[in-house]
Amino acid sequence: MKSKTGFKKGIFDGLPICIGYFSVSFAFGVFAVAQGLGVLEAALISLTNLTSAGQLAGVPIICSGGGPVELALSQLVINSRYVFMSASLSQRLDESVTLPQRFIIAFGNTDEIFAVAMSNETSLKSTYMYGLILTPVIGWTLGTLAGAVAGNVLPQIFVSALGVAIYGMLTAVVVPQVKKSRGAALCAAFAVVLGCCFEYIPPLKQVPGGFSVIISAVIAAALLAVLMPVSGEEDADAQS
Amino acid sequence: MLRADFLPYLLIMAGVTYLLRMVPLVFLRSKIKNRFVISFLHYIPVAVLSVMVVPAVFYASGSLLSAVIGFAVAVVFSYFEKSLVQVACLSCAAVFVTELLINL
Repeated sequence: MKSKTGFKKGIFDGLPICIGYFSVSFAFGVFAVAQGLGVLEAALISLTNLTSAGQLAGVPIICSGGGPVELALSQLVINSRYVFMSASLSQRLDESVTLPQRFIIAFGNTDEIFAVAMSNETSLKSTYMYGLILTPVIGWTLGTLAGAVAGNVLPQIFVSALGVAIYGMLTAVVVPQVKKSRGAALCAAFAVVLGCCFEYIPPLKQVPGGFSVIISAVIAAALLAVLMPVSGEEDADAQS
Repeated sequence: MLRADFLPYLLIMAGVTYLLRMVPLVFLRSKIKNRFVISFLHYIPVAVLSVMVVPAVFYASGSLLSAVIGFAVAVVFSYFEKSLVQVACLSCAAVFVTELLINL
């Protein structure tokens, strides 16, 4: 059986994500405790949510005693990008993946796990996905715990440097794709231009961050799907 | 250690986030045939990830300058296809050094 190598490869591929997550969730832990959450509460949020932007938005709502609807809506908007990522990932899962396994894999479909999973040339087996999810979950939870415990002990300059870790990681995922395919390059360029419009043009600035990301990405992807459609029913990635 | 009202909050937060990830993955079980949808799903990852990085990365560190330099370092090393960890570490190091120099 190849299933062991699948799991081991997943663990290995998840290692960089784990390290990146540790540093980012460390910052989240510091933030959560400063907002008034307990160490255990902060760690539980990370373990069950496994998402950076949603957690950053959720903690102030919880700590200010905000309403459940407000909390649910904030998560819905900021994390709506996962709908598209899961739809995309669903097309790449191996035929051997069963329904119960899909319920488990869904839990770990974060931006980075998704990006690394999609960078595989082959279809994705459940064992590989489990490995790829496990290491980042550990890093994300332990990082939060460490950050919450350390509090504000860490000098600001270290926190500041750690702040770009996640973006460096995402850049390392995107740039090689952009280099390989003209369609991907155009798509990234459109998305970034739209994202900057939402950030810098006054009336558009009102749109919450989660919304602007999803609107920009959907418009850019739809535009490219019309301008440069990929052919082939099964392996769309091979076409690029 | 847990606040009394914490668990409902946790359930709402984790529940909404999980549903968003679970529903498409569980219900889209057959291969999609529509060419537009295939193409759209093909382009969505690079679109989401790039717009998550820019412009947010410029505000991820203590100063705009260090963030821009950190990002530039990440782009250069990514272009030469260094691993995710290498790129992330080099980017953090660039920010660190820049802020040391700024604070001199």
